[in-house]
Amino acid sequence: MLTSDLETSRRPWPLPALADLPVPLLPLQPVLYRIVRRVARLHPELFDRLGPHQRTDFVIDLTDLPLALHLRPNPRALLLRAVRKDRLPPHRAHIAGDVFTLLRLLDADVDGDAIFFSRELVISGDTEAVVTLRNALDDVEGSIAEDVAKMFGAPGRFALSQLRGLADTNDHNDGMTE
Amino acid sequence: MTPRLTIGPIHYFWSAEKKQDFYARIADEAPVDTVYLGEVICSKRQPFFDQHIEATAERLERGGKRVVVCGLAEVMLKRERNAERDLAQDGPFEIEINNAAGLFHLPAGRAHRIGPFLNVYNEQTMSHLADRGATHVTVPVEMPSASVEAMAARAAELGIGLEVQVFGRAGLATSARCYHARAYGRTKDNCQFVCEEHADGLPLDTRNGEAFLRVNGIQTQSHSYVNLFAEVPEMARMGVTDLRLLPQEADMVAVATVFDSLRTGTIGPDEAQARFDGIEMTAPFSNGFWHGEAGHRRIQAASRELA
Amino acid sequence: MTAGELVCPAGTPASLRTAVDAGADSIYCGFQNATNARNFPGLNFTSQELGKAVQYAHERGSRVLLALNTYPAAGNFDLWRDAAGLGAQLGVDAFIVADMGVAAYIAESHPDVRLHLSVQAAAASPDAIRYYVREFGVKRVVLPRILTIPEIREIKKEIPCEIETFIFGNHGLMVEGRCSLTNYATGLSTNMDGVCSPAHLVEYRRDPDGSMSSRLGPFTIDRFDPQESAGYPTICKGRYCNEAHPEGYYAFEEPISLNLSRLLPELMDAGVNAFKIEGRQRSRAYVKKVVAAFRAAVDDIRAGRAPALADLAALTEGQKQTEGAFQTKKWR
Repeated sequence: MLTSDLETSRRPWPLPALADLPVPLLPLQPVLYRIVRRVARLHPELFDRLGPHQRTDFVIDLTDLPLALHLRPNPRALLLRAVRKDRLPPHRAHIAGDVFTLLRLLDADVDGDAIFFSRELVISGDTEAVVTLRNALDDVEGSIAEDVAKMFGAPGRFALSQLRGLADTNDHNDGMTE
Repeated sequence: MTPRLTIGPIHYFWSAEKKQDFYARIADEAPVDTVYLGEVICSKRQPFFDQHIEATAERLERGGKRVVVCGLAEVMLKRERNAERDLAQDGPFEIEINNAAGLFHLPAGRAHRIGPFLNVYNEQTMSHLADRGATHVTVPVEMPSASVEAMAARAAELGIGLEVQVFGRAGLATSARCYHARAYGRTKDNCQFVCEEHADGLPLDTRNGEAFLRVNGIQTQSHSYVNLFAEVPEMARMGVTDLRLLPQEADMVAVATVFDSLRTGTIGPDEAQARFDGIEMTAPFSNGFWHGEAGHRRIQAASRELA
Repeated sequence: MTAGELVCPAGTPASLRTAVDAGADSIYCGFQNATNARNFPGLNFTSQELGKAVQYAHERGSRVLLALNTYPAAGNFDLWRDAAGLGAQLGVDAFIVADMGVAAYIAESHPDVRLHLSVQAAAASPDAIRYYVREFGVKRVVLPRILTIPEIREIKKEIPCEIETFIFGNHGLMVEGRCSLTNYATGLSTNMDGVCSPAHLVEYRRDPDGSMSSRLGPFTIDRFDPQESAGYPTICKGRYCNEAHPEGYYAFEEPISLNLSRLLPELMDAGVNAFKIEGRQRSRAYVKKVVAAFRAAVDDIRAGRAPALADLAALTEGQKQTEGAFQTKKWR
């Protein structure tokens, strides 16, 4: 099920006003680049599965944070950067959801199909690109979220476990969809 | 080679009287070679016309038509299995099989035709069936021209007929459920033959008001009428032996007459278009499947050169 | 009572390993092309991946069934021929086929590999099934989701091959292998291309009043109120209008999923040899949960224990579920 409403999150978020705060994006960029490079190194098969969508521009709007991500999963020229919501780059596929939802997806602990076609994510633009990305991510064994957390050592793992705890207490109802 | 014209089986639930009138007019006036009789869609409808098949066949044969009797597309219940078994036995008529259950009951050497519901998509399937007595195959309505061309070539080698539907709604799906009964809050077992009320199918429009599909009992059809009149010369060149016209709520004698003039080269596609403009139709034409495009589309002559 | 072989879906190598680890007896999968009926972007196996998958499954006592269950259009047969050759070379345990030409080719060229008749062949009567057994030596038939248990019991008495039935997942009533609805709207064929509602032609469009239309090609498959969640637009799950329902209705079926967990003992008693779980397009999280739950249930039944069915019911939480045709004929 794909949601039709733009309501962001129905769950309490500890910093409700965060999405409105202006944040400096520059310090984030090298961190994001390290993340995407690490994922690419650990899971090269992911890109085969993406096929032609290696060259697709995705915008991932983190609805409860004051930024969006711009992803172009081209293994020869990887791109993952933070962008301002009011200055989105040209893109073919747009995914909007809160951090918990996206984390759960990367964690591969829930049915991606249920999440992608549930009220929790809003998809627009090239539906095929989004479906392909979901299928490719699903073939990644283990957890991308964990891989990323490990990059930041003990503090990273701690942060992830805290986030997961929060995600569990705000558990979604994973409906089955076709 | 000049392809022949055929009148396919009536897919809708027309009353026995309406069918008899229809076939009487076809017998006397339609320039067609072959007429397919028999119920293909719903076994509950069979008792209403089966008793008239013999007399109707005789009427058509007196009009110089060849008659073929068709079997059901879906066979599951005991009565359907029996009907299929009886059809397959040696009988007075040439037969068209539309379900593998019919193939099972064919006695060795019994000549038969294969209908469009049996999914003959390639030369290998066609050869398999021809080896077992099939003399004629009608390809599925979604088959694109490139594949029909390959099928026609193989059919010629095997010495069997190859037929393509050139007019009438495309049958797009069949189901175990009756969607006609469902629309009126009934079930198939308690349908009260509500499908008789829609001689050209029950419309299904989209929620934005576009005409899209038609329900005919357990069958789902296109809203548009497939019309491959402009493609007749191409089919003749490929070696398609028969062109099938499916009965719709339209002047089918007039439709057959236009196709007859086309197939004999008396008129060209432009003249055919003009004549179709003069025949009252309740649905637009489509030819997308033939061109390997979305079935609902109508590819115009100008772009056809490029297709 | 039969063994109740669990036949589980895998859309990716990771899903296949997950299914094996969760207790699948068999896993069905396909190549990344039109030779199977789930030719979806980002799904399915390369030949290298399939080779490794077969090895992984065999080392753990599971079987791999290769779906070659589409209909090659004339001129394209080589793709199916090559897929069968690769599958045989990689050691798959069976081919799942629908097309008579493909069945004839495999029966002749790879006689040592088992043939299963796909649900896409729509063999719904003992007569039709026996034709495929007689002509191609088919060892198992996957029955359409349209038969009641008494009907299955009767069929079993008449046919000389195994029976596989769907027990969980998508609930479809259209006769499989006889549907050109997607091709009518998009130009891609379910039978010839293995495609159903291709994502690149799916569009969600917001209307001025805040409602959302889901579209396939140029056709609106459904329209949703601002607060309603919008389904993926498969034509047979859409809502349409006519004189009987000017406001729109589910003309074909309600969105609902099949769950036969309650009927497992009865199905095993009726002679169903294998249970199929639908969903090669689903994630491995789904595969893990569903396979593990059904593994436990089948093991319980075989050991004479009452299966813990609550777990299975929970899997469809939030979604309507049905026992479909299997209990009654009223839905027809």
